Amino acid sequence: MEAADLIGLLVIGLAAGVVSGLVGVGGGVLFVPAIVLFLDETQVRAEATSLLAMVLVAAVGAYRQGGYGNLRLRDGLIVGLLSPVGVGVGTVVANEVPERTLQIAFAAVQLFFAYRLARRALRPPEAAPTET
Amino acid sequence: MSGRLLRLAVIGTAAGAFSALFGVGGGTVIVPLLILWLAYEDREATGTSLAAIVVIAALAAGAHGLYGNVDPLAALLIGTPAIGGVLAGTALQQQLPERFVSGAFAVLLVVSAVVLVLS
Repeated sequence: MEAADLIGLLVIGLAAGVVSGLVGVGGGVLFVPAIVLFLDETQVRAEATSLLAMVLVAAVGAYRQGGYGNLRLRDGLIVGLLSPVGVGVGTVVANEVPERTLQIAFAAVQLFFAYRLARRALRPPEAAPTET
Repeated sequence: MSGRLLRLAVIGTAAGAFSALFGVGGGTVIVPLLILWLAYEDREATGTSLAAIVVIAALAAGAHGLYGNVDPLAALLIGTPAIGGVLAGTALQQQLPERFVSGAFAVLLVVSAVVLVLS
């Protein structure tokens, strides 16, 4: 491994961690291309390896958020333990519905969430009515 | 099953399904749903999402590991700087306005939707 690869890993890894801590995502979107580029892994191996890195980062992040009083551990564990059911559902759906349809449907859901979250962000907390 | 528990179960299922379908991490689904559907505060949603991701990623990494596709040394090489990053990111988040996460996620989801449609 060359020095440039090591610097790349450091910079992208650090950035992925900051984003993960700030908004509560795993950082895989950044890990996977960094592993492919700087460690010469195949896409499949990079995705699998990224998951292990995510375990480390998310564990440290969740632990710290627990210290800040921002963790509902029981809820998080329920969501996590139910995810394999979703993987099964997703695999079945992927075989039944055209990929393009799925992409457009998911993009629409994301835009709806974005609209609701933007409205929430622009409204001061004390003026916000009770969320339903 | 209480309504709240049912909602958590639906969020877990959705996170798993979307990660299987689109390869996006569960976080992009979990954080908005915890905020919009379970009335979580922003920071609580991110902390709880990270706990869920530990389980989701561990189960998935275990499955991939059975096929020998996980490179632990590579995971450490990218994961170690990322641990530094997550310490900084969580600390920084406490200093930002309470609704920062909602605003940042609104932008992130629009970008993600555009990438998905153009891909």
